[in-house]
Parts: sequence; structure tokens; C-alpha cells
Amino acid sequence: MSQASPVVELVDVTRSFPGPPEVRALKSVNLAIARGDYLSIVGPSGSGKSTLLNVLGLLDRPTVGEYRLDGVSTGELSEEQRAGLRARTIGFVFQAFHLLPRRTVLDNVLLATLYSGVPRVERMSRATAALERVGLGHRMGFLPTTLSGGERQRVAVARAVIAAPQLILADEPTGNLDQRTSGEVMDLFEELNHDGLTLVVITHDQATADRAARSIRIADGRVSEL
Amino acid sequence: MRRPRLPRLRGRTAAPEEPTGPRTPRADRFTVQDLLVEVSHGIGGHTGRLVMTTLGTVLGIGSLVVTIGFAQTAAGQLSRQFDAVAATQAVISPASTRSMNGTETPNTRLPWDAPDRVERLAGVERAGLIGEVPIGELQITAVPINDPSAPEVLSPTLLATSDGLLDAVRGTVVTGRYFDAGHELRADRVAVLGARAAEKLGLNRVDSQPSIFVGERPYTVIGIVGEVQRRPDLLDAVIVPLGTARADFGLVAAEELQLHIAPGAGALVAEQAPIALDPNQPENFEVQAPRSGSELQENVQADINVVFLVLGVIALLAGGLGIANVTLLSVSERTGEIGLRRALGATRRDIAAQFMVESLVIGLLGGLIGAAVGVFAVVAVALVQQWTPIIDLPMVFGAALLGALVGLGAGAYPARRAARIEPIAALRGGV
Ligand SMILES: Nc1ncnc2c1ncn2[C@@H]1O[C@H](COP(=O)(O)OP(=O)(O)OP(=O)(O)O)[C@@H](O)[C@H]1O
Ligand SMILES: [Mg+2]
Repeated sequence: MSQASPVVELVDVTRSFPGPPEVRALKSVNLAIARGDYLSIVGPSGSGKSTLLNVLGLLDRPTVGEYRLDGVSTGELSEEQRAGLRARTIGFVFQAFHLLPRRTVLDNVLLATLYSGVPRVERMSRATAALERVGLGHRMGFLPTTLSGGERQRVAVARAVIAAPQLILADEPTGNLDQRTSGEVMDLFEELNHDGLTLVVITHDQATADRAARSIRIADGRVSEL
Repeated sequence: MRRPRLPRLRGRTAAPEEPTGPRTPRADRFTVQDLLVEVSHGIGGHTGRLVMTTLGTVLGIGSLVVTIGFAQTAAGQLSRQFDAVAATQAVISPASTRSMNGTETPNTRLPWDAPDRVERLAGVERAGLIGEVPIGELQITAVPINDPSAPEVLSPTLLATSDGLLDAVRGTVVTGRYFDAGHELRADRVAVLGARAAEKLGLNRVDSQPSIFVGERPYTVIGIVGEVQRRPDLLDAVIVPLGTARADFGLVAAEELQLHIAPGAGALVAEQAPIALDPNQPENFEVQAPRSGSELQENVQADINVVFLVLGVIALLAGGLGIANVTLLSVSERTGEIGLRRALGATRRDIAAQFMVESLVIGLLGGLIGAAVGVFAVVAVALVQQWTPIIDLPMVFGAALLGALVGLGAGAYPARRAARIEPIAALRGGV
């Protein structure tokens, strides 16, 4: 396996939402992301950033074009196979955290092990390790509702990495955080990137975008390298 | 080698020399144990709602268990009281038609030789006719031997029977004797007194051949009846032979034919006796004959069951609808959670299973509580009534499982709805 082969490869991907009026959120997007890349995506609201991320995360299918994830053409995969790929190779971090409010921090992190086949005996040690790593070892029994915004997002990061994915997709992970907390969360992402994870971060914030090794702009569904 | 397995979080390096891991080990992916844990959290969140949701199932299963439990207890009770007399007694009377003005007119008369006719049938051991004799204004009086100056005036009923009746109702005489075929044939003016009638008339011995008077006519008392298993009105009556009643009072017909039959002969007698009485129009007779014991029990059970079973089933349906409703509500409340789980790799089937099992567990819970409540109710009432509670254990467990089944059925539609939710749409909502 060559180090140069991209983890993610979009070939002429178009995603249109049938109207009326029909919205073409992505227009002939070509994009290759190499293993271990750190990519930021910027663009105005409604330009298609989340749509792109959903396609990358196998939550959505391109209307036209091909998406190869880790060399596998995903177009022919069944829903079930796509779910399996999501579970094992992709970690999501959302702007709105998406933590289950009635489950503890630990339970929320463990949730990602349910569907990805992390061996049961390893689940607990991995979850503790992940939470220690994001600096929340002392908050494991807390409910997410009692945590600060930054802490919540760190829980989400721990959940995203616990199943040892190849690709982290973050949709405005710092959109709800203040500057200092944003910095902390981004530091965390970068640490993971240093460890070899491929990282794609959508952001509105130019400062956050500038931290990435590579940045692309998306405007009206079209991607341009920055 | 397509995909290097990612190293653990600790000491993570993008080392391609990491051994290639197997594909998702199915054994550890969303196992039944995982599913149950998720379900318990899903249900446990809303205790108040859970109580309300299970209520319909509790009521439905509870009433089913109570209905069947009572039927079984009652049937058990019945078979205990099911004594030899009931099993060996039959009564035949003429069927009657209700006329326009509301009076009942018998369609036919029992023939005077009815006892002879039915006693020829297999299974009939003894038969006797009985009828009340209308005496109009006439008084039945006794002239007490010990106090002739104050004759007691009483009016017991006057009954006429054939000679075999006492045996047919399994009565006994305390003193003297019952009249026989000869008395009947000759229309002798003899009478037998019921024990209570005798007491009121002041007679307790018959060896001196005392007389009673119906109007002016004297009748010689030849016996006193002490006890009967049927027609207890015999004890309060003055009884004369049928032939005497026909001759003296113009009795036109007897009212009913009492039969002492062999155990288990009820059905046979019910079928054959009317034919023996009138081969042309057997349908003109009404027969009350005992059915066989098991038939009797089944019938009792069926009688009790229908109404309450229907109510129970209705309550159960309402319970199922309640579960479906609440699960549907839960699905729409947890759209964000569903989106998140899908993003984490849950398949549509995983999502469907989660909601399916949630509603199954709610149904099972309702079933268990309902069955327990039902059993408790049956036992409590049985204890108060001093009955022996009879509860079929498989029936109780079956009822609890029926609750689970209702839950399963109720969960089908909400689970399908949950599975159809698109993750991207769901994630836009937030958890
Ligand atoms: N399910 C959908 N049906 C129809 N149109 C959609 C759908 N999802 C997205 N769109 C449209 O596609 C375009 C791109 O949406 P997208 O969510 O990708 O924007 P974005 O760049 O993420 O914006 P923001 O920065 O505000 O999150 C928008 O015009 C949006 O209205
Ligand atoms: Mg967006």
C-alpha cells in the first residue's frame, strides 16, 4: 500500500437536491485528501460545506460522480456496508455536539463502540483512555448537560476517535465555542492529526482555517484550492 | 492489504507496519446485550410515561387472567359441588307457549302413564308425576286427637303424585308409608303429609289412622314424608294419589315428571324420554337433564369468558395503541439521537430493533404486571369466597407473553418510521 494513495477521492461529484427549485449544492467537485492530511474547508453559508461533509461521511450519496474512500468505490456499497464503513473508518464531530443528554459522558463515548465492533473487553479501557486524552478523566460520570461547551466538544472528540477511525470529519466544531475554548479543541484535533489521523474541518473562522496545512474554499457548490 | 488498521489512541502512529486487522468482528458489534442496555436507557428515561404506557396492557392482560382464572376457579368449585343428586336427576314438563295476553299455555299434557313409559327406557330408574291440585275455596283441616274443641285451620297446598314420585325425588317417610299403585288405581281417599305440614296440622303419628279434611271430605293419613332431594315443597304439602285427585277434584293433568336416572344417562334420557311420551310430537316436552360433568364445566367456562374476554381484548388493543403512540412520540423526540446513531454506524435494522425491543419490553412489562395483578385478584376473591383458587400457570405466563406480543405488534410501525429517518435530516435537528 503506497503512502501516496489518497484516503478520500471525489471524482466529478455533483449533489443536487430535487426541487422545485432544484438545488445543486455540489457541482463537479474533484477532491483528493491524502492520508494524514489536515484540511480545512471554508465558504459562505449555504455554499455546500455540510453537503460535502455528508458525502465524505457516507451519510449522503452523490447524485453524479464517484467517491472512493480508502480505495473503495462507495457508490456500489449497500446501506449496510456504508454503515459499517462509517462505524469503522469515520469519526464525526458536530457543531451542536450531539451528545445524548440523559447518558453520562462515559456512556456517550461508549456509544461509538457499539456499532464499530470494538471488542467488549477493550471498550471501557479505550473510553477511559480517550477521555483522559481529551482531559476529561475527572468528568466521566457527569451528564453532558452539566458540562461547559468546550468540555462537551471534547467529549464529542473522544467519541469520534474511540473506534480508531481513519478520517475525522468535523462540521464547525468550534462554531459554538469562544476563542480560547476553540483554540483548545483545535489543539486537540491537531494532536490527533500529528498521530496520523486524517482531519477535515469545516469552519467559518479564518483563524481556525489558517491552522490547517491545507485549505479549500467552496463557493456556490464549487471547490477551489486556497 | 487495503487498509491498515489504525493504532489505538495511545501511542498512535500512522505505522503501515501495523498488522492488518480483521473486518468488523460481528461478535462484538451491537450485540443483544448492547441492544438491551440501550433499550433499558431508552425506556428508563421516562418513568411516569412508562407507567401510563403500560397501563392499557396491564388492564388488558389483567382482565384476561382474571376472566380465565375465575372461570377455572368457578369450574373447579362447580365440579366439587357437583353432587350425585344433580347428576342423576331429570325433570320433564310440557313446553308452553306464551299467548297474546301474556298467559302461558302448555302445548301438551303429560300422559297419566308417563312414569310407566319412561321407566322402560335404559337409564331411568324411577319416575313420578307431580301436580298441584286446585282446591279453590276449600280448606284443609285436621281434627287434632288431643284437642277436639279447637280444630286448627290451615291451608297447606294439595299436591297429587303418582306412587313412584317419592322414589324419583329420593324422599323418605319418617313414619307410615307412601301410597302405592293400588291406592292410585282405586282412587282411595288416602293422604301423605309433608313433615312441616304434619307439624302444623298437629299430626306426628299415623298408626291410629288419623284423618284430615279437604273441605268436607276426609282423607286417611297413611304416612309422613321426612326428607326429599327435589321438590322441597312436598314437605309443606298434603299429598294425595293422582287417581284420587282426578276423581275428587277433576285434576286434568300433572305438571311435571320427576326422574331418577343413572349417572351419565342425562343426555340419553333427554333425547329418548320425549319420544317415549309422545312419539309424534316429542318437541312438546321440555327436558332438564344433567349434562356430563366435563361438558358442564366447559359450558360454565364459556359462559363467563365471552364478555370479559372481549373486554380484555379491547383493553389490550387500547394498550397496544397506547404503546404504538408513545413509541411513535419517542421516535420523533429522538430523531437527533437516531441521526447520531446512524452516523456512528448503526444500520436501519439496528435502529428498528432498538425501538421494536423497547416497545416489546414495555408490552412484556405490562403483561407481567397485568398477570400478577390478575392472579392476585383471583386469589383474593377466592379467599374471601372460601373457594380454592385454580390458576393455570402456563396460562399466566402465556398472558404475560401476550403482553410482549402486543408490544411487538405495536412497535412495528414506529420502528419502521425510525428506520426510515434519514441521518442527514435527523442530524440537522440536534439531539
Ligand atoms: N435536504 C436538502 N434539500 C434541499 N436543499 C438542501 C438540502 N440540504 C441542503 N440543501 C441546500 O444546499 C445548499 C448547501 O447547503 P449546506 O448545508 O451544505 O450549506 P453550508 O455550506 O453547510 O452552509 P452553513 O455554513 O450555513 O452550514 C443550501 O442552499 C441548502 O439550502
Ligand atoms: Mg453547514
